[in-house]
Amino acid sequence: MIRKIEDGPDVFFIDRHFIHEVTSPVAFLGLETRGIDVMFPDRTFATADHNTPTINQHLPVADPLSANQLLALETNSAKYGISHWGLGNPKNGIVHVVGPENGITQPGMTIVCGDSHTSTHGAFGAIAFGIGTSEVEMVLSSQCIMQPKPKKMRINVNGVLGKAVTPKDVTLFIIAQLTTAGATGYFVEYAGDVFENMSMEGRMTVCNMSIEMGARGGMIAPDETTFNYIKGKEKAPKGDAWDKALAYWKTLHTDAAAQFDKEYSFDAADIEPMITYGTNPGMGMGISKSIPKATDLEGGVATYAKSLKYMGFEESEPMIGKKVDFVFIGSCTNGRIEDFRAFASIVKGRKKADHVTAWIVPGSHIVEAQIREEGIYDILTEAGFLLRQPGCSACLAMNDDKIPAGKYAVSTSNRNFEGRQGPGSRTLLASPLVAAAAAVTGVVTDPRELL
Amino acid sequence: MAYDKFTKLTSSAVPLPIENVDTDQIIPARFLKATERKGFGDNLFRDWRYNNDETPKQDFVLNNPIYAGKILVGGKNFGSGSSREHAAWAIYDYGFRCVVSSFFADIFKGNAINVGILPVQVSEPFLEQIFQAIEADPKAELTVDLDAQTITINATGAVESFDINGYKKHNLLNGFDDIDYLQAMKEEIKAFATAKAY
Repeated sequence: MIRKIEDGPDVFFIDRHFIHEVTSPVAFLGLETRGIDVMFPDRTFATADHNTPTINQHLPVADPLSANQLLALETNSAKYGISHWGLGNPKNGIVHVVGPENGITQPGMTIVCGDSHTSTHGAFGAIAFGIGTSEVEMVLSSQCIMQPKPKKMRINVNGVLGKAVTPKDVTLFIIAQLTTAGATGYFVEYAGDVFENMSMEGRMTVCNMSIEMGARGGMIAPDETTFNYIKGKEKAPKGDAWDKALAYWKTLHTDAAAQFDKEYSFDAADIEPMITYGTNPGMGMGISKSIPKATDLEGGVATYAKSLKYMGFEESEPMIGKKVDFVFIGSCTNGRIEDFRAFASIVKGRKKADHVTAWIVPGSHIVEAQIREEGIYDILTEAGFLLRQPGCSACLAMNDDKIPAGKYAVSTSNRNFEGRQGPGSRTLLASPLVAAAAAVTGVVTDPRELL
Repeated sequence: MAYDKFTKLTSSAVPLPIENVDTDQIIPARFLKATERKGFGDNLFRDWRYNNDETPKQDFVLNNPIYAGKILVGGKNFGSGSSREHAAWAIYDYGFRCVVSSFFADIFKGNAINVGILPVQVSEPFLEQIFQAIEADPKAELTVDLDAQTITINATGAVESFDINGYKKHNLLNGFDDIDYLQAMKEEIKAFATAKAY
């Protein structure tokens, strides 16, 4: 923090700034209008992801508006001397996948991006959150943003996770308990042995979804798992700088006496593989359960009824056995190698259900390469799946990967809002294991039966 | 981007009594492809406002000519989801200068102020009173006084005060933005950066 404004926000210095093609063009335009420069171009990293095709990336982008947006990112980056990983660049991929996998994300940093899932980077013990385009312009022009201090929340999950219960299920469980606005105004720390025992990929999945309960960000204290992940990554510190960084990172844990404005504790044994049935990420439940009645929930009955009507579901119905038309695995939530390993563990030796369209989209070229090297590609192809090229894809459906109106998609992404995956699309959020189970059976299936 | 000052607004209001109105509803992702801040109001609430064949949905409030005004009144947890500032741009571009709700998502609230929209957070009972006043008379006016930090239902005289920090209030009253402030801090920022580990 650089300055505290009386009866106002704090002025924060930003260590790392990620930009992409959708929320940056107007910020660059603002710089031009005001006649000001980028203050620290080496602290900003550009990647194209939100609005990119996931097939034939070597060809020119067909949609002129999308092509123009990608060109704007390239031109603006070149003009101001910002690192740019555009389409076709071997480092290209989803911003919240490529930042960590190239070692740009490190503990203790302040990290922002014009994307709400920037909370992902909190998995490294970084203070990371999403910002709007006006703030992107602030960071470009001054490396600072102005934010009020959030309240502090700690969420503890202890115990042992059951069979087929993944980090995605942990986060969907937490959001279902807190609701979609339950953490608004808070910054969340996740603590307890479930997170301590989680891989970095899993921690990123959990921190990624913090925004879905309204939290500005979520973080997990860095530990040996974090340090081992970062070590050797391209932009990680090396030699003496590594030792110095490590010594600093080891100080970044919460004091035992730390006070939180709110604290929740959950038992890992209560968490099942999860699935959502409604139109916000808080409308989730254990896959073996039935859709709740409006009267059993907080919140407006009319809003709940509207949501179920949109989904074509009734109160008290089970989700198991519901027909699935599309399956999407990918996104900044579940587009990392561990997610594809999980998906492949169920797909192996089985075939894709004939009526299911599956979009398998790696989070980056590095993940794509891992999929091939580890033999996952062969498992997928033998089962009748096609591997696409990296990008945000059907998570927000800005490109052509749109779920048609009325169709049901089991999706490993982060939002099930009305029309999120295409106008009229119906999204069931779930883990890669639940997605795989749906992809091979063609209906909502408990993955525990297939493992 | 510069915006008009916000001081005092008296206007009828458009009611949207739905909870958790997320930014994908306010402006769907497929309309985020522009590289300039122009025309987003045309796609405000696109999928609630228009059928697939582009005809207006008659039952949606923006298509009902009896409702109009510069104030949008939404249900609890307005603006959840994506950080897209395009949502605030679309609301502004459509002609709204103030959004009233009993609860706002953080990022939306910040974006709204940054583009010159005043988010007014009221209590749930007061929100209910506003909805009732509009139901009784679609032309019912509200008065939002930023300097006094009050919102009034003119027909009943019911008034409630709302919070906003002094710095942001000053900005809105004068049409200033944070970039002006930060540009004036550059030497201090440079010194801070030089001393940083990262």
